[in-house]
Amino acid sequence: MTGLDDFPLWAAILVSLLLLAGSALTLLGTIGLVRFKSFYERVHAPTLGTTCGAGGILIASMLFFSVLQSRLALHELLITLFVTVTTPVTLMLLARAAIYRDRTEGKAKIPGFQNDVPPSSAMASDARPDDPG
Amino acid sequence: MSATILLWSVTLSQWMLVAAMGCAAFRVIGGPRAQDRVLGLDALYVAAMLLILTFGIRSGSTIYFEAALVIALLAFVSTAALAKFLMRGEVIE
Repeated sequence: MTGLDDFPLWAAILVSLLLLAGSALTLLGTIGLVRFKSFYERVHAPTLGTTCGAGGILIASMLFFSVLQSRLALHELLITLFVTVTTPVTLMLLARAAIYRDRTEGKAKIPGFQNDVPPSSAMASDARPDDPG
Repeated sequence: MSATILLWSVTLSQWMLVAAMGCAAFRVIGGPRAQDRVLGLDALYVAAMLLILTFGIRSGSTIYFEAALVIALLAFVSTAALAKFLMRGEVIE
């Protein structure tokens, strides 16, 4: 952080606001990951970090390097594009795997599939106390 | 003036990202089932990538960008492979 004294003030404030917003949203997403009760609620929470959090920090980085080097530095767009494309794919794969595991075991309550318990595990689902949610 | 603003905001943002990594690690360690652990690992990867990017802003060099890109690639590959493993019991069939 030396040699930044000729860095313009408006850019510093903008970069700082974007950085703080991005990291705060990422922290909020992971707090949701800790505090939500079931897996199907938890799978939503980290996407806050991968969309808004990563977007804020990547735009801050683009702005910082563009102002610092006095030219357009847009290589962070690669990460933005990659994260935007891959996060829905991986989370869809993961949610499908979780639904498959829960349906074959018949234990957890899947949203939208409450009456769809396989007969082989009816006893296991009867023994489970009812979910208040 | 602007160096002070940037230093403080980058430091605060790094601590917030470290706290985010701690929350994700809590879910990796204590997650009740395997899919919770994989989800926590994905969040941990994303938070680590953003932390590397803030290190790049702090040091003013673009070297950290490549590390962040590699971490993003590894996050995709590892989460996709683990989800495939949870689904099928094997990764490459």
